[in-house]
Amino acid sequence: MKDQYDIVVVGAGPAGSMAARFAAEKGVSVLLLEKDRDVGYPVRCAEAVVSAGLEEFISPDKKWIASEINKFSLFAPDNTEVVLEFPFTGFVLERRIFDYELAKQAASFGTDVLTRAYVNGLLFDGNKVCGVKFEHRGEQKQVKAKVVIAADGVESRVGRWAGLKTHVDFREMESCAQVTISNINVKADTCYFYFGKDVSPNGYLWVFPKGDSTANVGLGVSGLVGKNRSALSYLNEFLETNFPGAPVLTSIAGGVPCSITLEKISAPGIMLVGDAARQVNPISGGGIISGMRGGRIAGRIAAESILSNKPDHIFSYDKEWHEKVGKKHEASNRLKEGVFNFSDEKLNNLAHSFLKVPMEKRTLGNLCRTALINQPSLLFDIAKVFFV
Amino acid sequence: MILIEILPDKCDFCGCCVGVCPEDAIELKEAEIRIIEELCTNCAKCVWCCPFEVLKFNKEAASAKREKI
Ligand SMILES: Cc1cc2nc3c(=O)[nH]c(=O)nc-3n(C[C@H](O)[C@H](O)[C@H](O)COP(=O)(O)OP(=O)(O)OC[C@H]3O[C@@H](n4cnc5c(N)ncnc54)[C@H](O)[C@@H]3O)c2cc1C
Ligand code: SF4
Ligand code: SF4
Repeated sequence: MKDQYDIVVVGAGPAGSMAARFAAEKGVSVLLLEKDRDVGYPVRCAEAVVSAGLEEFISPDKKWIASEINKFSLFAPDNTEVVLEFPFTGFVLERRIFDYELAKQAASFGTDVLTRAYVNGLLFDGNKVCGVKFEHRGEQKQVKAKVVIAADGVESRVGRWAGLKTHVDFREMESCAQVTISNINVKADTCYFYFGKDVSPNGYLWVFPKGDSTANVGLGVSGLVGKNRSALSYLNEFLETNFPGAPVLTSIAGGVPCSITLEKISAPGIMLVGDAARQVNPISGGGIISGMRGGRIAGRIAAESILSNKPDHIFSYDKEWHEKVGKKHEASNRLKEGVFNFSDEKLNNLAHSFLKVPMEKRTLGNLCRTALINQPSLLFDIAKVFFV
Repeated sequence: MILIEILPDKCDFCGCCVGVCPEDAIELKEAEIRIIEELCTNCAKCVWCCPFEVLKFNKEAASAKREKI
């Protein structure tokens, strides 16, 4: 490790590794710092992605794919099951291997990587960020950089130290509990979703298979719900009813910022990517691919700004992100407010009317159309999410 | 005075509480969590967002504090 780099990236999740890779690819020097001992572990994620998004970055590899998905099964509050074909290919990943692979990709372009490096402060030159302070195996150190990229996840503090307002409104934070259980019966090609105020108020509970006898089972509740009852208590109740006694291989907590992107994601000498910038799709809670997209844009722009010696060029990141992805998230966010406020009765009715649709016509689009008969004002926003 | 109690043995170090803290008053390392007393305003948002019931708002300490004032 040197004491000065063109770019220092904080956090080696998917967003950080992609920022590092796309910067290093342009020939600038990059250091990637990760507080944990291992890249990719612990896994705080249900691990589902759409193949097309993934393939923008990496070819699917059996090593880190647990299941290939082509069906959704939706359970209404009254337990009516609606199965539909998923119009894309989905994957449930093995993120502990996948994240590793992404960091390896960054390293293959020349990125230096240091784990057990906990970033605890920024270096400033006037009001411009010019490096980070970090603790590495009990020793306080520092490293200079022309641009710092904060990819430090939902727990991000780095942006705050640069004066950006990054905390998430507690109502928009999904407080999540998840287990990976085995010895159960699931279809390896189907992602299961459960709705209803008793199971998962204002959101959904997921069962994502990793093969046919193992699955990630979890849910998130908004802080507004969490005030009265924790995610863990909802999860335990579901497990007792649906998978009593199933061996628990992993149990994790986590937070998903289900909001639109922060108003500002760059400031002098610093850029924010992934969960740290709140780049999660607010309706699905999916942040892997969108974080990687944020990382790709930020990494390239940071490298361009260094190579052209134009420090202000990094501010163009905000606009490019907004145009390419941020706008869609704003539409999803409006949709979220419509859909997740459906009453149990409405969800049941929706499931019953959808069951009348013949199997071959049960697509996500048709589901939305059925939903629209109940709430026509959603049409505009749905159109934006799916077609813009 | 911090009125938020931490039950560290229950904590999973997930960072959900850090993400909602408006005051940047929580320090989280790989397996260590701490509330920074000078910054915390006892707003309890971290308590509402903890998935694992690690954080508790200490009601007795709060009412004792109120009586003192
Ligand atoms: C329960 C749950 C289920 C989810 N399910 C899905 C899903 O099915 N599909 C999907 O697409 N998304 C899902 N998500 C969201 C997804 O996990 C995140 O959006 C994604 O991991 C974000 O990537 P990131 O690189 O921004 O952050 P992270 O993957 O969180 O990486 C941030 C990294 O920064 C490190 N770090 C933090 N602070 C510091 C510091 N001070 N110094 C050094 N390093 C630091 C952390 O240790 C971590 O490794 C889920 C999230 C949760 C909690
Ligand atoms: S939200 Fe709860 S489990 Fe997660 S780090 Fe905070 S106190 Fe620990
Ligand atoms: S009580 Fe409020 S200010 Fe104090 S740590 Fe929790 S969220 Fe932060």
